[in-house]
Amino acid sequence: MNVEAIRSIYRYEMARTFRTLFQSVVSPVISTSLYFVVFGTAIGSRIDQVEGVDYGAFIVPGLIMLTVLMQSISNASFGIYMPRFIGTIYEQLSAPISFIEILIGYVGAAATKSFAIGLIIYVTANFFVSLPVAHPIWMLTFLALTCITFSLFGFIIGIWAKNFEQLQLVPLLVISPLAFLGGTFYSITMLPPLWQTITLFNPVVYLVSGFRWAFFGLADVPVGLSIAAIAAFSALCLGIVWWIFKTGYRIRS
Amino acid sequence: MASIVSARGVRKTYGSGFEALKGVDLEIEQGEILALLGPNGAGKTTLISMICGITEISAGNISVGGHDVVRDFRAARSLIGLVPQEVSIEPFEKVMNTVRFSRGLFGKRRDDAFLERILRDLSLWDKRDTPTRELSGGMKRRVLIAKALSHEPSVLFLDEPTAGVDVELRTGMWETVDRLRAAGTTIILTTHYIEEAEAIADRVAVINQGRILLVEEKERLLHRMGRKQLTIELQEPVAEIPPALAAYGLERAEDGNALVYTYDRAAERTGITSLLGDLAEAGFTLRDLHTRQSSLEDIFVDLVRERS
Repeated sequence: MNVEAIRSIYRYEMARTFRTLFQSVVSPVISTSLYFVVFGTAIGSRIDQVEGVDYGAFIVPGLIMLTVLMQSISNASFGIYMPRFIGTIYEQLSAPISFIEILIGYVGAAATKSFAIGLIIYVTANFFVSLPVAHPIWMLTFLALTCITFSLFGFIIGIWAKNFEQLQLVPLLVISPLAFLGGTFYSITMLPPLWQTITLFNPVVYLVSGFRWAFFGLADVPVGLSIAAIAAFSALCLGIVWWIFKTGYRIRS
Repeated sequence: MASIVSARGVRKTYGSGFEALKGVDLEIEQGEILALLGPNGAGKTTLISMICGITEISAGNISVGGHDVVRDFRAARSLIGLVPQEVSIEPFEKVMNTVRFSRGLFGKRRDDAFLERILRDLSLWDKRDTPTRELSGGMKRRVLIAKALSHEPSVLFLDEPTAGVDVELRTGMWETVDRLRAAGTTIILTTHYIEEAEAIADRVAVINQGRILLVEEKERLLHRMGRKQLTIELQEPVAEIPPALAAYGLERAEDGNALVYTYDRAAERTGITSLLGDLAEAGFTLRDLHTRQSSLEDIFVDLVRERS
């Protein structure tokens, strides 16, 4: 294992984050704060509580998840797509490293970045609402697992995409609706029975529910099921990545 | 001499069915400068990409420093530095950082003193904190060379290093190549500028349509295939060559104002003395004489035409 190479890729990717600090860190924080103002304060003041939790606090775990999902995907997909697009990928391909090291470097950096953004949003949220965390270790674990899993997913998109349009396609058309319909702003128990059932097919429900449980101790679906859902999605992504590396799909001609 | 890069029966068929390489055998000796010469689309870049691990090998095998480039890719690739044909460079990163990144990718510990030497040699030290997008084309190319040298390779591939580079920079590049060779680096250079091969290579390999046509020492090649031409400028133009001179195979040139005699420099007798005697006898008044040796370019054009 070429540890020095992993460190290099990781550092290089993190440097990119700091170079584009505004776009990568400040803008998700601002947009989340806007959600707070609109949903938490303006609309939330008309809603008392959801399952015994203040609405302003209730939406925090969902908001963090929403941002972390999108950020993980866009960081990781952009990170590996850019070298392909500019052509600098020749260096990674001709270096004495295997795909595993490339994967750890890029996914590690993307996950680190979105993990940090998740924490920053959490801290920001504390300025708006009081936000106790019932299970801090689980909260961090859920956050970390989500960051890693969706960075893996982003990495796959970054390799699959043939152009910038495709790079935006999946986050915009698939992840964004799933995230909004995944109980970010509401408990799925508030939905009519039929929609509750349909919603259970949305993987984001399990993430948000599990993460919310770590904060408030209440969940739409059992916590075990949430963990199983993340694990299953991770396994799926790892499987696809393994296939990509084995066949050199869209990387090696 | 031991060969450091060895390709045996190497073939490449792309997904589209296009056969870019049709069985290439090539031994590159340690410490030499080999020019891989060929027209566009001959397979030069494909061959290099396969040696460096960028393109999969369809058949045959390649080893670098005795390590198979597929089975033992870590050992093989650690020895290789690659300067690609396209100027592909991350635009926003600073010169020093991007070179550091390359060194790290190859698993080498950070060594800024070493990188400083490389950047100074390539006249890039003043630009170390400049984002690469602000550099001129020639400087970008030198950054690519710095990246390739950052991990101390013993084999350096330069894929068309001087394409689109001005004359001054080209000379500078050749000096760099000279210095590297003096330090013991093996250099493989692809080019379609023949004067480049002529100026710096020890050996020349000619590749066309996916096949290596020949590999030979440059001097021997020039000598073996090099013909010389004697141009005789005449005081009065001549309408046709008198039959008395038919044996020399002269050609009329410049509307009959000159005659061209082609001979083999390596031959025992060049026939110049008797030609000049016969010309005087035929009543020609000579104005000037000059000779020209055929260049690699002529040889190359002949070769490609002859074999295709």
